Amino acid sequence: MQQLAETTMAGQDTLLDIQNLTLSLRDQSGWVEVLNNVSLSVKPKEILGVVGESGCGKSMTALSILRLLPPRDSRLGGKILFGGQNLAACSESQMNRIRGRHISMIFQEPMSALDPVFTVGYQIEETLQRHFKLSRREASERAIAALNSVGIASPRHVATLYPMNLSGGMRQRVMIAMALVCEPRLLIADEPTTALDVTIQAQIMDLLLGLADRTGTAIMFITHNLGLVAQSCHRMVTMYAGQVVEGGPVRDVIAGPRHPYTAGLLHSIPDSNRARGTLPSIAGRVPSLRHMPKGCRFGPRCSYSMQPCELPQSIENEGVEDVDRREVRCNRWEELALRGVGA
Amino acid sequence: MSLSAPSEQSALDVDDLHVTFGNPRRGSLIRAVDGVSFSVRRGEIFGVIGESGSGKSTLGRCLVGLLSPSGGGVLHDGIDPFKFSRSELNRHRRKYQIVSQDPNAAFDPRMTILQSICEPLNIAGEGTKAERREKAFAMLDRVSLSAEMANRYPHEISGGQKQRANIARALMLDPNVIVCDEVVAALDVSIQADMLNLFARLQEQFGLTYVFISHDLRVVSHISDRVAVMYFGKIVEVGPAHAVIETPLHPYTEALRSAEPEIDPTAADARQRIILQGEIPSAIAPPSGCRFHTRCPRVRDICRTQEPPQRELLPGRHVACHFAEEMLGEKERRSLGLAERNAAHQGAAAQGAEMM
Repeated sequence: MQQLAETTMAGQDTLLDIQNLTLSLRDQSGWVEVLNNVSLSVKPKEILGVVGESGCGKSMTALSILRLLPPRDSRLGGKILFGGQNLAACSESQMNRIRGRHISMIFQEPMSALDPVFTVGYQIEETLQRHFKLSRREASERAIAALNSVGIASPRHVATLYPMNLSGGMRQRVMIAMALVCEPRLLIADEPTTALDVTIQAQIMDLLLGLADRTGTAIMFITHNLGLVAQSCHRMVTMYAGQVVEGGPVRDVIAGPRHPYTAGLLHSIPDSNRARGTLPSIAGRVPSLRHMPKGCRFGPRCSYSMQPCELPQSIENEGVEDVDRREVRCNRWEELALRGVGA
Repeated sequence: MSLSAPSEQSALDVDDLHVTFGNPRRGSLIRAVDGVSFSVRRGEIFGVIGESGSGKSTLGRCLVGLLSPSGGGVLHDGIDPFKFSRSELNRHRRKYQIVSQDPNAAFDPRMTILQSICEPLNIAGEGTKAERREKAFAMLDRVSLSAEMANRYPHEISGGQKQRANIARALMLDPNVIVCDEVVAALDVSIQADMLNLFARLQEQFGLTYVFISHDLRVVSHISDRVAVMYFGKIVEVGPAHAVIETPLHPYTEALRSAEPEIDPTAADARQRIILQGEIPSAIAPPSGCRFHTRCPRVRDICRTQEPPQRELLPGRHVACHFAEEMLGEKERRSLGLAERNAAHQGAAAQGAEMM
């Protein structure tokens, strides 16, 4: 696994490159497609925001990367390239060496991600001993150092506590300590602050970004909070109904969204600077997986929908590679010239 | 302490309200609401902002008579509901409804939406069965739910639709006041916007009075006329929504505003970020003096010992902070005749900064 980290370091400009990822899941009534041709990439040290309503496939993308889906009832298509290795084709034992070491994940609800019957110190040690040759004592020292690095005042004491003894904010700090203890190349943070109060959210975001910067970890930051994306991410992608519908540098997307869905999300947030009155909203809801509209999946909810929208929409790319590259899945984006927020 | 004298215009008058839980002899007394006073005019939307543990939901439950106060009182249109007998209170309470956060927990999974919505009328014994149904369909229409939703079960509809049905049910007994406790917190932004529009529309149509409780500054400031900011069982600031958000007088309000992620990049650059240290303190052992002093970036010695009284610093704007004057802009200071003391204040502020 050491080689993997090195090849990643050795000047490759993408850390994670997802190409045409398709995911189908099976339930009682058969197979259903959850992700459709999802392509996105994360560069080393980059913070990528992934936004969209519930049920758009954000978390499913994350679970696919870590292969945390039930193997019998899920089918992956396309490629998930991580440091040159295709995770979609990795064996379970190969994945076990990657999970927690090179890619780790923070979940929305820390209580359900921590084991209630072990102390938090033990749970961090377990992660360390799984990936490194360390004695109990060494592992325990590193676990305490990790708790200290996430701003826990008395790490030696907290290491002996069980998750139930901690507040929500403290649990999320423990999760971050555990996720970053092996200094992974990529951290997937799935709604890490949604269950927290705003003042605690600000603390946790500050901590997360500071630590990731220090360890050189890239973050794939999944959230429905566009404010957090604007504040902390370099690039963003918008997902809708299992597809990527827009992507680009955060500032450009917010100042001039190209997909009506991104624009709708931006404008439906109450803004204290704007006069009180009717908030623009997006009518309807995310379509059910079994009844996807033909053509543009956002069509039935889109206020700009017209005849050509019944054709399947493809991703259009524009801009030079990397820095200012933008993509949009809307045939009419040029004529629409949607309004953004700010300058 | 009363923020404005009870008048005929007030739908709710809250005077020095205390709600406590637990047993003082066992040392487990929790003062969830600790001396709160305000009044809400008829037809007003009064916002309450606070983090979890600030006592805002306890306050909401007490306002509609679901909890009894341990001290002080609540007047509904000048009437004290807690003097009533049990059955009188139940009758009176029909006009004071509460809509709570989680629509999934608000419906009986074995009843159709229509049955659930008719339930308040069944209990009140109002109208014939046909009239109840007719009213239920009318209310579903008011909250923009189609009639075909009526015969569905809760698990068959989305969270947003359930929250609409929840509101329809609260409206069935023609209430005067509705306490909305985190009604949009569980919803996606696009649906949240729809719901806020619905609340505003219903308020106009029915002449309702709302107490709108939320942790979300944007939501509260968007919909409310006036807002109160709660911290640890006390109101630290009250005033017109726009003024409180734009020019906060209490350091906690300022910190809340700054913690709210800013979307507009230019506005974000212009803003100074304050990240509060620590968490809300233990409810059993509240801090001495000002309860916010353990996290306050502007804390001085006096804050640790003396509790700041609530005072009306600017017309209609009440604040409980020893140093609220420092938060004022130049214009407001001059209007209060504070210009001369300006230098002295700046000196004090510098001293405070050193102490940090």
